[in-house]
Amino acid sequence: MSMPAPAHGAAVAHAPESFWSRYVFSTDHKVIGLQYMFTGMAMALIGGFMAYVFRMQLAFPGQSVPLYGLVTAREYNALITNHGSIMIFWVSMPVLIAGLGNFLIPLMIGCDDMVFPRLNRLSYQIFFVSVVIILISLVVPGGGFGGAWTAYPPLSASAHYNHTPWGAPLWLLAVALEFVAFLLGGINFTVTVMNARAPGMTAMRIPIVVWMIVIASLVFMGSVGPLIAGAVMLFLDQTVGTQFFDPKAGGDPLLWQHLFWFFGHPEVYVVLLPATGVVAEVLTVFARKKLFAYKTILGTAIATGIISFFVWAHHQFVAGIDPRMAHLFTITTLLISIPVAEMLFAFIATLYGGSIEFATPMLWALAFIAEFLIGGVTGIFLGANATDIYLHDTYFVVAHFHYTFFPIAIIGTFAAITYWFPKMFGRRMSETLGKIHFWGTVIPFNLIFIPLFLTGVAGQHRRIYSYENFPQLSTPWLNHLAVIATVALIVMLAFQVVFLVNFFWSMRHGEEVGANPWNANTLEWAAPSPPPHGNFVTMPAVYRGPYEYGVPDRDLDYWPQHVPNQEELPRA
Amino acid sequence: MSSEAVHADRAHPSYVRIYLALLVLLAISLLGPMFGHPIVTLVTAFGIAIVKATMVAAYFMHLNIEERYVWYILFVMLGFVLVMFAGIAPDVMLPAGQNWLHLPITPPAPPVHH
Amino acid sequence: MSHAADVRAHVPIATGRSATGIPTARLAVWWVLASEIVIFGGLIGSYVMLRLHHPHWAEEASHTNTVAGAFNTFVLLTSSLAAVLAHQAAEARNGPRAARFLGLTILGGLVFLMVKSFEWSNEIAHGFTIFRDVFWSYYYVTCGLHGLHVIVGMVIMGIVAADARRGRNLHRVELIGIYWHFVDAVWIFLFPLFYIAK
Repeated sequence: MSMPAPAHGAAVAHAPESFWSRYVFSTDHKVIGLQYMFTGMAMALIGGFMAYVFRMQLAFPGQSVPLYGLVTAREYNALITNHGSIMIFWVSMPVLIAGLGNFLIPLMIGCDDMVFPRLNRLSYQIFFVSVVIILISLVVPGGGFGGAWTAYPPLSASAHYNHTPWGAPLWLLAVALEFVAFLLGGINFTVTVMNARAPGMTAMRIPIVVWMIVIASLVFMGSVGPLIAGAVMLFLDQTVGTQFFDPKAGGDPLLWQHLFWFFGHPEVYVVLLPATGVVAEVLTVFARKKLFAYKTILGTAIATGIISFFVWAHHQFVAGIDPRMAHLFTITTLLISIPVAEMLFAFIATLYGGSIEFATPMLWALAFIAEFLIGGVTGIFLGANATDIYLHDTYFVVAHFHYTFFPIAIIGTFAAITYWFPKMFGRRMSETLGKIHFWGTVIPFNLIFIPLFLTGVAGQHRRIYSYENFPQLSTPWLNHLAVIATVALIVMLAFQVVFLVNFFWSMRHGEEVGANPWNANTLEWAAPSPPPHGNFVTMPAVYRGPYEYGVPDRDLDYWPQHVPNQEELPRA
Repeated sequence: MSSEAVHADRAHPSYVRIYLALLVLLAISLLGPMFGHPIVTLVTAFGIAIVKATMVAAYFMHLNIEERYVWYILFVMLGFVLVMFAGIAPDVMLPAGQNWLHLPITPPAPPVHH
Repeated sequence: MSHAADVRAHVPIATGRSATGIPTARLAVWWVLASEIVIFGGLIGSYVMLRLHHPHWAEEASHTNTVAGAFNTFVLLTSSLAAVLAHQAAEARNGPRAARFLGLTILGGLVFLMVKSFEWSNEIAHGFTIFRDVFWSYYYVTCGLHGLHVIVGMVIMGIVAADARRGRNLHRVELIGIYWHFVDAVWIFLFPLFYIAK
């Protein structure tokens, strides 16, 4: 079914004009995508500030932190907890899945919007309410919840233990609302990709990033249910006084740990997959080469998604779980590194023999591969139950998961933003500032977390407010490492100013670009930059896969998906 | 659209007859415990629940004439629930463990102060 | 707001496409049910493993009212029949008839909730509150979550029926029916779990 061009042109001309209907209550997928992205970036600043405060406390215990003041033990717990929660639920998820998914899916599969635009808007509104609630939970009497982002009972289940009668339930409520928002969004994404593809967009012609977002949405959908059930139980434990997780009354605290990690571990892959999708898109464009092993990458993503349901209890090796089950979960955890490693090999093979251009998005994509590799390899030690019993809850764990989450949520996001910025705003970001920001982020990042691997192996536990009380663990060497990590963090945060300047300056004053500044193949580059309401001037049809770069016997080294076989692009 | 054509063509089964069959099954599941045998109760209660739910899904939700993969989607989700159960049940149902050795606790040596 | 009307005048393309052959709205309902399976599955699964762990829960379960549970199963099955007959009528483009059947389904939901509230007030009056034992916590939370789904279904069904009576959006009759049958199927499992197995 194709829309006659004039009628569509009329629709473009009648795009909503008032500020409120255009930017706040819009049902346009691009606006909603940017809403998610800006909200996520704002939350990243809050989460980053929290990291700054508690890192200062760890490096210089008991001293007043500039811009914050003295950090009490309870505030420290709340800061740590909410840093983790915000960075995962209110930064990674909205930016990588909801933001990119909303912006890219309709453009990349060649249609005008999501299949349920109003459901999409509702999903953002619920998400926004959850943002408001989590921010309120930080300032209510008793302070924000301080029982770690995993919220293990009995600490989380009763205000007698956690001393946050308001903070704990509000935190849980915010998380639950956020789940609802992403369930709605995920259903919308999945149905859109299943049903609303452009003519000719067969399953094997869908860009990898779209596949990844859909697989991630499905993994989220399949894993979050038990935790929603668990959240209802925990909420009642907190507010009504039931005893679902109280062993004294016949409940079981271990049940919550299982329900949490049954979701919590697949969640890692939920945010990983879209980031790898972004990397795949960027690599092919800047290596001017076909993506190596499209079907294999797709297969590894599906395998990762499925195996991710079998690994969760490796977070609980010290929780007293059945040792035989611990062996099983060790094996599955080691197994899941196979498809992920295979995916990275396919990315490296894509680079081989390509004409690589080191533009800013490409730097981010390459950094993703390098840094995530370290995160993946250190994960092996934590996935094996024998070594995990020593390393559990030390800074080694902290360093490991930051080596996975930072590439995912920060490096992957910057790759995406620098790559799709011209499509979002019709202008280019500054390459010079982009490269300064890149090096100013990646080098300090390693200086933050390599020291933490060492303090972790030395035995420093991650949930200690001040090591002054532990003479064996506050040697000068370990204190130096803590100071190095903190200084590096401050440097890294300072370099984010470069990004913000680059972003907002380029939005207004960057060099204007045409529809396809990177000479890329996928459909979003066939739409004008920025795409109008309704996206395409004429709805595209698809004639080939998304990665036809450097095809022999062609004048141009790229071959957009929407160009019919006989027709050539006009020479630029 | 093809699915519309399918809809127009398909003959509706006698829903009342399926409904009556469901009521008979309900009656059997109520009579099951009267035998007083736990296995019989298990079969009449849960076996019949599975049959009833499958009938509702197949005939009332029309999964019998829906694309086949919708079954697969729902079964994959059920599979995830089973995985969850299989992974959690050993801990929640057997918190005391089996064949665990109860070793006497030896307190660690006091730290050496220099 | 005039431009809002203009936007609505723009016929959305995405919503009308159907690359899989399943209409978009129905496909979405299947995914909603898929996510619901895991939510109920998590709750029921947790209940089952604790139930098998605690033999004394069988004693607690003997205080639930089997007759009321059986009657409610009957009511929900009957309302499901009405929902599927409404779908049949909607396919024959008979909106008013579909609306009448949907009305019967809503009535079934209402009876279900009335029986439930009778049951609960009786149990609470006899001291079987949500605090008595974790069994009762599961009983109230699981049935409560299910009851919430019944209420949501009734509200949506009311909207769909009002539309159907005027012959509008008849395809939605099938969709709300599918959801209702799912709620029915969940109850089919809750009934033996809480009422029969003692």
